[in-house]
Amino acid sequence: MSMAAEERSARAPWALTAPALMLFVGVLLIPLAMTVMLSFHDWGQYKGIEPIFILKNWHEIATDPYYAEMFWRTFRIAILTTFLTAVLGAPEAYILNRMSGRWKSFFLLVILGPLLISVVARTLGWALLFGGNNGLVNKLLMSLGAIRSPIPFMFTETGMVVALAHVMMPFMVLSVWAALQRLDPQIENAAMSLGAGPVTIIRRIIMPQIMPGVLSGAIIVFSLSASAFATPAIIGGRRLKVAATLAYDEFLNTLNWPLGAAVATLLLVALVLIVVGSNALIERRYAEVFR
Amino acid sequence: MAYLELDRVAKQFGAQTVVDDFSLSVGKGEFISFLGPSGCGKTTTLQMIAGFLDPTRGAIRLEGKDLTAIHPAKRGLGIVFQSYALFPHMTAAENVAFGLEMRGVPRNERAERVRAALAMVGLAGYEDRHPRRMSGGQQQRVALARALVIKPSVLLLDEPLSNLDAKLREEMQIELRQIQRTIGTTTILVTHDQNEAMSLSDRIVVMSQGRIEQIGSPQETYEKPASAFVSQFLGKTNDFAGTIDRTVSPTQLVAGSWRAPAPAGLGGPVTVSVRPERIGFGDTGLSAKIMTRIFQGNHWLFQCDSECGPAIVIRQNDGKAQPAEGDAVRLTWRPEDMSVRARAVV
Repeated sequence: MSMAAEERSARAPWALTAPALMLFVGVLLIPLAMTVMLSFHDWGQYKGIEPIFILKNWHEIATDPYYAEMFWRTFRIAILTTFLTAVLGAPEAYILNRMSGRWKSFFLLVILGPLLISVVARTLGWALLFGGNNGLVNKLLMSLGAIRSPIPFMFTETGMVVALAHVMMPFMVLSVWAALQRLDPQIENAAMSLGAGPVTIIRRIIMPQIMPGVLSGAIIVFSLSASAFATPAIIGGRRLKVAATLAYDEFLNTLNWPLGAAVATLLLVALVLIVVGSNALIERRYAEVFR
Repeated sequence: MAYLELDRVAKQFGAQTVVDDFSLSVGKGEFISFLGPSGCGKTTTLQMIAGFLDPTRGAIRLEGKDLTAIHPAKRGLGIVFQSYALFPHMTAAENVAFGLEMRGVPRNERAERVRAALAMVGLAGYEDRHPRRMSGGQQQRVALARALVIKPSVLLLDEPLSNLDAKLREEMQIELRQIQRTIGTTTILVTHDQNEAMSLSDRIVVMSQGRIEQIGSPQETYEKPASAFVSQFLGKTNDFAGTIDRTVSPTQLVAGSWRAPAPAGLGGPVTVSVRPERIGFGDTGLSAKIMTRIFQGNHWLFQCDSECGPAIVIRQNDGKAQPAEGDAVRLTWRPEDMSVRARAVV
């Protein structure tokens, strides 16, 4: 091969990926960099945004306990949501996987169906169900004797976690489902032939093998819940802010774009660190199952 | 007395009968193969013995006790699956120890027995390996050790060697046979590979479409196939259309220009089955023309066009001159080398 041809073939991959690369740089990297830069700018009620380098916003977030409380609330809600989806979603996927053909595809559709509906519509549905002290959920729980007095759902973390868990459930079920597909179809029979009962089979054989699926589902649910906007905005409103709704308010209501950018950047960095960190931990812990 | 007994066992899925009228007595320490093409019901039968499926009709007894009444987890059978079904999150030793753990064997004894079982299958030193870091052959050995360590009353092997390459499969066949001889566990092997069934088993159960075609020693099933299916499935065979002529005395069996004294009990149109390696070239017999001649090292393979249709002949390469392509030959065989069955005339 001649030098020129060699050079051309070395350039070919770059040329072929260039359009996608440019799109990626144009719509993701540049706005992201601008947001990060914005968080170091100054802002005043009457002067607007001043493009200078200042640590004012970051200092405010670091010192004002309001922000610490709000970030802590964001992650608490995300953790509870993740926990709830894992506890409900993993058994759901397992039961689904054991169903026979026709029922399996029907219920898979039932679980995935909500993905076709807008998050706003689904959350508004929950708002209707919660609806103050006389909401359907409270009436049902009281008539079942599960609670004595109505639980406040609207504008509370409880309501937010319930609604978020519902929105995020398909991601958990799909993730565990994928892990279940990797199981050897004879593995339960093998354990049974060695004398294991149903509980032992689930605890010792199935659980360890689908754990990576549960954990990767948890990472998806956690990062989506922590950065969720629509559900916290509708259920929590102004009274119960999380990081995403706070950033939105800073941008659109207070018009303090630099502070909003700092909140958004902090949320992004924290999420990236948590996701990358836990992913590395999971891959190391479950190296044998992933192979 | 029969150790394991299947008495007219049948299995239906809906309207479809997968196994029908399956009766078999297995002696203690015997090595039995269920041989047949896929879909013949051999795996279904094995799964009924294992307890993963319940028979629709019939009884399965182990040492006289009804096995179908016992939960699969309590049957105490060792099973090696086609896919091995090893626990990927456990090491080889943990895999083998699982059955002992379920039986409440104390830790010290457990470790000792696991080590012995892995050593028996030639995997000493592999205790801490995970299955996915092992080769197919090694995984197969772990699966075998896991099934044998619990000292099963019966060892069930579901196509255990079908995922291995040809050379490894032969090695494992020999090893499997040696291990089985040493520990004397009653073994049932499900396979579609006739060579595997013949080289391993004491007796072969040939199955087709859910029914038993023949039960017999490897030699019996090969030499004296009970049906056309058996003779076709176990190795190559030549089927010639013949007739038994009762007008002459003594009665004669005639196939083309080949003739011999007729066997007793049959008359009219018959099928004569002869194995290719039992046919020789002679001065009298079925006239044929050699179409192709293929040299295969230790033997010659001839494809002939005989007066009774196509015929295959295999001759040992004994260094003597062999007929060439296009030669006219006479095919002949000893009467004891053929099997004769009544033939339906269409």
